[in-house]
Amino acid sequence: MIEMTDVYKTYSNGVVAINGINVKIKAGEFVYVVGPSGAGKSTFIKMMYREESPTTGNIVVNGVSLPKIRNTKVPIFRRNIGVVFQDFKLLPTLTVYENVAFAMEVIEKTPDEIKKRVMEVLDLVGLKHKVRMLPTELSGGEQQRVSIARSIVNSPKVVIADEPTGNLDPETSWEIMNIFEEINKSGTTMVMATHNKDIVNNMKHRVIAIENGKIARDDMRGEYGYEA
Amino acid sequence: MKLNTLQRHFRESGKSLLRNGWMTFASVSAVTVTLLLVGVFLVIMMNLNHIATNVENDVEIRVHIDPAATLENQKALDAKIKKIAKVDSVLYSPKEKELTNMIEGMGENGEAFKLFEQDNPLRDVLVVKTKTPQDVSQVSKKIETFEYVQTVKYGKEYVDNLFNVVDIARNIGVVLIIGLLFTAMFLISNTIKITIMARRKEIEIMRLVGATNNFIRWPFFLEGLWLGALGSVIPIGLIGVFYSNLFKYVSPKINIPFFELLPLSPFIYQISAILILLGGLIGIWGSLMSVRKFLKV
Repeated sequence: MIEMTDVYKTYSNGVVAINGINVKIKAGEFVYVVGPSGAGKSTFIKMMYREESPTTGNIVVNGVSLPKIRNTKVPIFRRNIGVVFQDFKLLPTLTVYENVAFAMEVIEKTPDEIKKRVMEVLDLVGLKHKVRMLPTELSGGEQQRVSIARSIVNSPKVVIADEPTGNLDPETSWEIMNIFEEINKSGTTMVMATHNKDIVNNMKHRVIAIENGKIARDDMRGEYGYEA
Repeated sequence: MKLNTLQRHFRESGKSLLRNGWMTFASVSAVTVTLLLVGVFLVIMMNLNHIATNVENDVEIRVHIDPAATLENQKALDAKIKKIAKVDSVLYSPKEKELTNMIEGMGENGEAFKLFEQDNPLRDVLVVKTKTPQDVSQVSKKIETFEYVQTVKYGKEYVDNLFNVVDIARNIGVVLIIGLLFTAMFLISNTIKITIMARRKEIEIMRLVGATNNFIRWPFFLEGLWLGALGSVIPIGLIGVFYSNLFKYVSPKINIPFFELLPLSPFIYQISAILILLGGLIGIWGSLMSVRKFLKV
């Protein structure tokens, strides 16, 4: 599903973010990416949806070799990837419904298909009753649920989350994690960068620890391993 | 592209104009002000050009034929002039006709000249038109050398000065209009750039969920078009009202030879079409230029 081979990434300012990574993530896996701030987690994650490209090495996601893919094909590639962010990245001027529907309009689905599927995923994240509200009228947890609904509305094979609970209180974080768990159970591969020790230690999954741009640990059913 | 998607783009571009109300207002105002300036200049320039063309087309060479010339000499002269490459037409006007023209042209005062009908002191004339008015001076000089030519007249100084003035006026006008258009583009692209800066996030998210660059561009393209078209409404209205009043009330009172404004129709429609087209193009250009920098994948 996701495979990195001898990946190095040096930014134009000389900072070495990734310093030789080899990793394989199988379809249907749930993987936490942990590590201290500035260790390269974000770059590692961003390379998976081609927001960043490696300086050398190869990355294959969903059978697509990302360093070789043409810029014009990137949007098509991204349609099979759902991405969730710490800051939700919702459009403040669009309603809950519109924010989710947006992702389907982009790939030119019919209005009927869009309506059916959007209501389906909003039901899944428990926001069916708030479709007409604007993001600003929602709590942080609710906004994150809208963003999750948007990430899965096109039934992607992989969902990538970059510190999705970073801005949320512990209780809300657990609600979000339960939704991710559901998504993963339906067969979707989950990759999640996190600083949340409680979640990693209690909801057991594979843990990849990144330090100084390298994989320091890779344990099935691992622990967070850092002081929170 | 699917029809649904096109509908979506139209809907989104309209919604976005409303959502970004103040920015829409700012962009439309920028287009309005510049198009108003460009429009006024266009009206002046096109009319100036029209008047100049009228004057130019009136320029002709009058060749007075020596009375000693026989009919055959006249015919030979006529043929010789026609052979000059820059000559467009040669019209023979006998002295009787010249006299009638003169009498008619003088109105009531012309009566006095009727006496000359008995003994016409005028000459037979060949009226020569050149292909381009600027050639009269050169052609006249050549005709002067021909046999049986008594005098050649074309209002030398008057015509030469006129050509100079008209050329200068045209060049200044073109430079001014081009300058204005560039200012307009700069102004509008900056205004739109600010609106798009505010919508950076929207573009970023569109790209994240897999929108192609064209998909992202479309609503902005339409938005630019609307901004430009909306911005051209007031200039078109103002110039229309202003020009039709000028044409109806002011123009008939001005009694200068050759001073004649372009007729309302089709001029008003031409100006409107030019302004709406310019507005649309400037809007689209500004919009696409500004969105471009956010579309680097």
